[in-house]
Amino acid sequence: MASLKKYLGVIWILLGLYVGYDRITDSLAKIGSNSLEDRVFGWVVLLVLVPIVVGGLILFGKYALEGEYSERAKE
Amino acid sequence: MIGNRAKARQAIDKRTLFSVISASSVGTLIEWYDFYIFGSLAAILSSQFFPKDNPTAALLSTLATFAAGFIVRPFGALVFGRLGDLVGRKYTFLVTLVLMGGSTFAIGLVPGYATIGFWAPLLVLLLRLVQGLALGGEYGGAATYVAEYAPEGRRGYYTSFIQTTATLGLFVSLGVILLTREALGVDTFADWGWRVPFLLSILLVAVSILIRMRMAESPLFAKLKTEGKVSKNPLAESFGKKQNLKMVLLALFGATAGQGVIWYTGQFYALSFIQKACNVEFVQSNIIVAIALLVATPFFIVFGGWSDRIGRKPIMLLGMALGILTYRPIYDMMYSLTDLTQKQEITDARTIDRKLSSQPNGDRLTTTTTTHFYADGTTLKETERVIRGEATAKPAPAEVTKAVTLPTNNLLLMILLVFVQVLYVTMVYGPIAAFLVELFPTRIRYTSMSLPYHIGNGVFGGLTPFIATALVATATKANEAAPGTVDKPYLEGLWYPILVGGVCLVIGLLYVTNSTSERVEE
Repeated sequence: MASLKKYLGVIWILLGLYVGYDRITDSLAKIGSNSLEDRVFGWVVLLVLVPIVVGGLILFGKYALEGEYSERAKE
Repeated sequence: MIGNRAKARQAIDKRTLFSVISASSVGTLIEWYDFYIFGSLAAILSSQFFPKDNPTAALLSTLATFAAGFIVRPFGALVFGRLGDLVGRKYTFLVTLVLMGGSTFAIGLVPGYATIGFWAPLLVLLLRLVQGLALGGEYGGAATYVAEYAPEGRRGYYTSFIQTTATLGLFVSLGVILLTREALGVDTFADWGWRVPFLLSILLVAVSILIRMRMAESPLFAKLKTEGKVSKNPLAESFGKKQNLKMVLLALFGATAGQGVIWYTGQFYALSFIQKACNVEFVQSNIIVAIALLVATPFFIVFGGWSDRIGRKPIMLLGMALGILTYRPIYDMMYSLTDLTQKQEITDARTIDRKLSSQPNGDRLTTTTTTHFYADGTTLKETERVIRGEATAKPAPAEVTKAVTLPTNNLLLMILLVFVQVLYVTMVYGPIAAFLVELFPTRIRYTSMSLPYHIGNGVFGGLTPFIATALVATATKANEAAPGTVDKPYLEGLWYPILVGGVCLVIGLLYVTNSTSERVEE
């Protein structure tokens, strides 16, 4: 289980990168839209959601790969 | 004698504990009430403060909705979390209560756009920002305060009272709005009656402040202060040290993100789906959600209490798993209950009512209301409004609104379907305060737990209605361009909570340790 938790770190990093790519392309399309709601929504996703998901998942994956969660998660 | 003394002490402790819970819960309930009335009255407020024909005012309107909903809340968590770990829990969440209550009351006093122009949307936006900041600081303080008073082994049970307040706040806000609307009439309510729910909050806040002023500081924080062990820089300690930061990330991706999407789907997206996709009439749709909320609310305490015995993890993750697995069939059933194409209309019973009236600018408004009756007791009221100007002017496009009223059996089934979703909310949300409190040490607890909570709920959860609506719109467009491209496009919005909940479920299963009652003294 410890090694599974560790190596799944790669998946979390890749997931972070994929979500980042997917949301950035979608947000840019929304920012270019004629609808005001779409534009604001695009900026919110780009500036708020993307940094949290990408940064958070990559860092979480890095810690998992380093074995930080391999022992007892609540220490 | 000693036995009696011990019993008396235990009784006093229990009394103190319930005073602490009452003071904290009433405050958080008011904060949620304040927060929800803006959302519930969005349509009226946008016409009062944010006229759609003015692009700048419309921009401020959109920002006001987004800003307080979730952008500002994590900042509030940082600002007030830090303050709570430096100064103390009691005074910090007293400040958040004053800020929240004051800004809500002030929204009720702001003159409309017609009176003060751009100042109206600008002031409302600023007050919404204050509301969001205050909400970001309130919850962490209340949960920490109660948990630090609660006895070992009963923390899940006692903190779950705080967890009921978000749902009760929504329930009370719906109740106050419906009662005021009924008492004043729809037109008066739209004119000035909407201010009443805002102004009323000041009374509740005053009572809550009086109760809170009498409370003492949390015993664990007071002990820390006496020993001089209070953190000098809670932000740096929470997020600058790997051993704390890794737990913040685990709390976010292994619990609060999934909890946030389950919460917003059950309590907010359900209402929006019933009103927009199913076209259920305004009062009936609110009654459906209000009854489901009321019946499900005790389960916050049930699941909070169970989490003391079997652990926080299995209950929270089971709630997430059930949501992921059953959302699509539940929403499909909700849709089918109102799907008029599957119902047989009694065409002879159809009634048409037409009214003509003059607009202030001299145009003529024709309102045609057609009521359709169906064999199962469902009625559909279709209202078409056409404004015609001068003989030379082009008639404006007709505006059509639909309102479906369900018969009793379908209504009960709809309530049951929303109740099941709120039950999932109680599973993921009931134990989470105890779970978060137990994850972090006392010296940085307020800061450390507030941020993942508000990112999970505010950002991941708060985006649910917007992302779900966008997914449905994209699927509907795809179907319009090429019919049959997407099967049941109205269900596409559920992919967002399903995917976020799914990732969170896997991370929670693998990385989160089950706990029943960790020590929280350190």
